[in-house]
Amino acid sequence: MNLFEYVRPSSIAEAVAAAGEPGSAYLGAGTNLLDLMKGGVTRPSRLVDLTHLPDLNGIETLPDGSARIGALVKNSALAHDPDFAKRFPVVAEALLAGASAQLRNAATVGGNLMQRTRCSYFNDPASACNKREPGTGCDALGGENRSHAVLGWSDHCIAVHPSDFCVPLAALGAIVEIAGAGGQREVPLTDFHRLPGDTPDRETVLEAGEMIVAVRLPADAAAFADHQRYLKVRERTSYAFALASAAAALKIENGTIVEARLALGGVATKPWRAKAAEALLAGAAPGKQVFEKAAEAAFAEARPSGDNGYKIELGKRVVARVLAMAAAGTPDRMPALPASPFAPIPEGVVNV
Amino acid sequence: MSEIASLPTGSRQRQGSNIGQPMTRREGVLKVTGQATYAADNNPEGLLYAVVATATIARGRVTHLDVEAAKAHPGVVEVLTPQNRPPLALDPDAKLHGFMFRLDLLQNDGVRYAGQPIALVVARTLEAANEGAALLAPQYEVEAPRVDLDGENFVPEVVGPGAPARAETGDFDAEYAGSAKTLEATYETPPQYHNAMEPHSIVAAWDGDRLSIDMPTQGMAMAIDRVAGLFGIPAENIHIRSPFLGGGFGSKGMPAGPQMLGIIAAKHVGAPVKLVLSRQQMYGPVGHRGQTRQTLRLGMSDDGRLTAIEHHTLASTSRFDDFVEPASNASHTLYAAPGIRTTHEGARIDIGTPMFMRAPGEASGSAALEGAIDEAAFAARMDPLDFRLLNYAEVEPISGKPFSSKALRECYAKGAERFGWAKRPLEPRSMRDAEGRLVGWGVGTAMFPAIMFQAAARAVIRADGSGLMETGAHDMGQGAWTALHQIAADGLGLSMDETEFRAGSSDLPDAGIAGGSGHTATAGMALHRAGEDVIAKLTELAVNDENSPLYGAGNVGVVARNGRLVRQDDESRGEPYAAILQRAGLAEIEGKGQGVPDAGPREKYAMDAHGAVFAEVTVDPDLGQIRVTRLIGAFAAGRVINPRMVESQYYGGMIWGISFALHEEAVHDKRSGRIMNANLAEYRVPVNADVPSLETILVHEDDPYVNALGIKGVGEIGVTGTVGAIAGAIWHATGVRVRRFPINVADLLEGAAAR
Ligand SMILES: Cc1cc2nc3c(=O)[nH]c(=O)nc-3n(C[C@H](O)[C@H](O)[C@H](O)COP(=O)(O)OP(=O)(O)OC[C@H]3O[C@@H](n4cnc5c(N)ncnc54)[C@H](O)[C@@H]3O)c2cc1C
Ligand code: SF4
Repeated sequence: MNLFEYVRPSSIAEAVAAAGEPGSAYLGAGTNLLDLMKGGVTRPSRLVDLTHLPDLNGIETLPDGSARIGALVKNSALAHDPDFAKRFPVVAEALLAGASAQLRNAATVGGNLMQRTRCSYFNDPASACNKREPGTGCDALGGENRSHAVLGWSDHCIAVHPSDFCVPLAALGAIVEIAGAGGQREVPLTDFHRLPGDTPDRETVLEAGEMIVAVRLPADAAAFADHQRYLKVRERTSYAFALASAAAALKIENGTIVEARLALGGVATKPWRAKAAEALLAGAAPGKQVFEKAAEAAFAEARPSGDNGYKIELGKRVVARVLAMAAAGTPDRMPALPASPFAPIPEGVVNV
Repeated sequence: MSEIASLPTGSRQRQGSNIGQPMTRREGVLKVTGQATYAADNNPEGLLYAVVATATIARGRVTHLDVEAAKAHPGVVEVLTPQNRPPLALDPDAKLHGFMFRLDLLQNDGVRYAGQPIALVVARTLEAANEGAALLAPQYEVEAPRVDLDGENFVPEVVGPGAPARAETGDFDAEYAGSAKTLEATYETPPQYHNAMEPHSIVAAWDGDRLSIDMPTQGMAMAIDRVAGLFGIPAENIHIRSPFLGGGFGSKGMPAGPQMLGIIAAKHVGAPVKLVLSRQQMYGPVGHRGQTRQTLRLGMSDDGRLTAIEHHTLASTSRFDDFVEPASNASHTLYAAPGIRTTHEGARIDIGTPMFMRAPGEASGSAALEGAIDEAAFAARMDPLDFRLLNYAEVEPISGKPFSSKALRECYAKGAERFGWAKRPLEPRSMRDAEGRLVGWGVGTAMFPAIMFQAAARAVIRADGSGLMETGAHDMGQGAWTALHQIAADGLGLSMDETEFRAGSSDLPDAGIAGGSGHTATAGMALHRAGEDVIAKLTELAVNDENSPLYGAGNVGVVARNGRLVRQDDESRGEPYAAILQRAGLAEIEGKGQGVPDAGPREKYAMDAHGAVFAEVTVDPDLGQIRVTRLIGAFAAGRVINPRMVESQYYGGMIWGISFALHEEAVHDKRSGRIMNANLAEYRVPVNADVPSLETILVHEDDPYVNALGIKGVGEIGVTGTVGAIAGAIWHATGVRVRRFPINVADLLEGAAAR
């Protein structure tokens, strides 16, 4: 590992100032960043350790009913907060479907939003990668890309955004609170991550020195609490990134879907809100047909970026299933295998 | 010096029959309290750290290394490259016998696989060594690599470490041509890497031409030979300590190139050096299981009797060395047919040399064979277990030899009973769980040969009546030292607490190799014979001593019981060991023993362990995700020395089978030849949630021929059979026959679409 400077600021202002230097990186729990440093994928010259900052560790309900989660809250602490998990069960389910218990105990909310792609060419400094080194090319194109994106990719980058947590956040309209040298600002999570376009190295809207201080779930998101689920298909029962996942939240009144929220994970270059599908669902009665239609709509623009055409069909099936699960109602208890196809399946939801 | 603290055995203590008791691991407390010293835990005074720099191309040569930059980094002491690497006594590319593998020890600037060591950086800290290695920024002349099986092949002379590449009985072609039904199926298995929890490591220190080594190894004597040859020093100048291994699975059978580089570095810089591979660096220079493409052609009669079996394997080996996975040989022993032919081909590709990996040959071969047998059973419209029973081999098919023992029928019966197999519907896609997921059941036959190597042991009885047993045995975590200690105590007629047991160091008698599932049998027999020898000597003293109550008992016979020698015809007459030695004025008495395969019985009999594995899988019909919801294995492997250790070997083997069937695959980028998932996040192995229910049944088996203790071996058999059982269950659940491992979500989605 190269020599780097280690800074431990005691306030957000200090942190932002310290990170203004080029080559700086914020350090959360380091479960992603330190691995990348050890592998020579990123070589920051300065680490600004956020983990000792005060006041970023809270999960609060604001007067307007929205929930505010500090950037340093651990993934597991959030998932296991009874009040939070009751109001936003799909967020808890997605969190618990990610990584392993040990990683979730360490990983922070801010770090999860900012985690880098698992594209193996990104992680291999000997490969060409526009995200790691702008302008060098993309070795994933024409390479091993079975797990790459079918939505939102460009000829410059086809890498998937790997976060589970971000998927329900996108569905529920979460807001990211950002602090920078110029003060505070807010961005909807769906605008926080950028499409790769021809600058895949620029992954978020954060400017140099800016940091995430909190994530907020608006009060209206809690209105979906009775009908929301996360579903994640992966190559082992636990501890694997999604091949395809989806978060669905429905507001159902008198047998009609009044409003629907849907976002996709594992298939797109950023947490992917499926608005066209949402629009299709609004006003419909829950049912297999409309869910399949919504699934088609969600993947209408999907195209394989390599040997990953199967993800389109898989993604559609995940969407149809998760909508049916959500319609059946949020379970009283978190399943022992959260978000897994092997968690209890409500009756009548399996298709073939 | 013994490296393991002998912990009291407590309530499990038995007199005279430690064998068969489920003792817990003697060193377990040390391990779980962090007191077990693994090789890399050693930090001798003045230690320096070495890090290998590895090639990022798979074929070509290194044209430039920025040695200056590396050397200029603070803390870096030396950079070794082909330019300044000190000479060796033996060319690392020399191959004097089948167990000697060519090593990459900086002999030239060539690159023959990605991950090959191309330089070595020695520094005062690990961090400095790592950064020094990164600063070398190698430049290459690159040639296009080949990393798959599509291309030119060759017919090897031998497979594995030296088995014939071809075997035949009867006339396969005629039998196949005349078969009422035939079936041809091609199965593919990917490259797999051992990924022992403990990475390969070494701490090497020279003192003149004496060499002290801490290094995990499954074969100390072979390691000494290799080191002595490479460095031109006498074997007795080398001392290896290998008290604990964090797994080996075959990858620590032979010393790996990077470990030898650690020794080179220590010599060159004149200080003790520690070298530990990173996880990523374990994908290349330490061996792996080569990829295979296996084609089975089966012929059968109308009633499902096999008439012809052909098993052809195409397997990868490296460009520069030979190890062709002997996968076809799995078809030598399992199913009877008048015409059997097994053949092999190799493909030379730009990878590190494949080597022994848990059930080398048997695992891949069984995966394909059991798959094809499952297909044949369905083609014959038979239950796959009935089909296997119909084609049960009463004698070893390839050789015609009788089996020394074979309780496979009991394994089938007990496993099937416990599993509830009788209720299995013949048609696929005919079972669902309560929530609508597809459920399928499969069965596979497990088999592994009862191999023995050669080992020696020393037994001592001391004047205080206590005993000592020594053999340089290896414990990879399997519990060998516990099982061997049990054998040792019984061999001396003492309790385990009265028997000191020493192992894990090369200054003890050579215990052979912990491999081929033969360690307990081989080292165990050496201990057993050493015990007999020392007891015989003690008896000799007693029966010839007028003052002994055993005087003149030579004719009726004397036996050892609980630290006493007693008359066989009247066990109340006898005396403690201590009394005999004290009267004779001896501080101790010593015996020796050898563990060797008995040539006579091995000529006459086929010797194998057997088993039957039953799997239930559940598959989401829409999403294709798979879970092995039940796995039951019934195994017969001769005498069980310690049922707890044996069960845990079967468990581990069966979990490995899940891994093989559903998870493990090293993915090469075909353009660069690099492995793109060389880490434990992306190279998948099962996690706890993948193994919800696992059961083993230990089927009793007495084998009078395999060795005096009746031991076969249990370390590898669990992998075999399991893969086929799972693949069969997936087909039974979904109707989709996947002939490529690991079976994944996309296979089932695409298979279902094609159905
Ligand atoms: C083996 C493995 C499996 C995993 N599986 C999954 C999975 O299935 N699903 C899933 O969603 N995730 C998974 N993860 C990823 C895991 O969720 C992330 O590593 C973790 O969330 C990162 O959090 P951290 O606090 O450790 O971040 P760090 O590693 O400390 O930082 C990650 C990035 O975020 C930046 N950063 C951190 N905090 C802030 C902040 N407040 N403001 C601005 N930038 C910040 C850092 O500079 C860095 O670039 C897995 C990780 C591993 C290692
Ligand atoms: S897909 Fe993106 S991250 Fe992966 S190699 Fe291409 S540019 Fe890099």
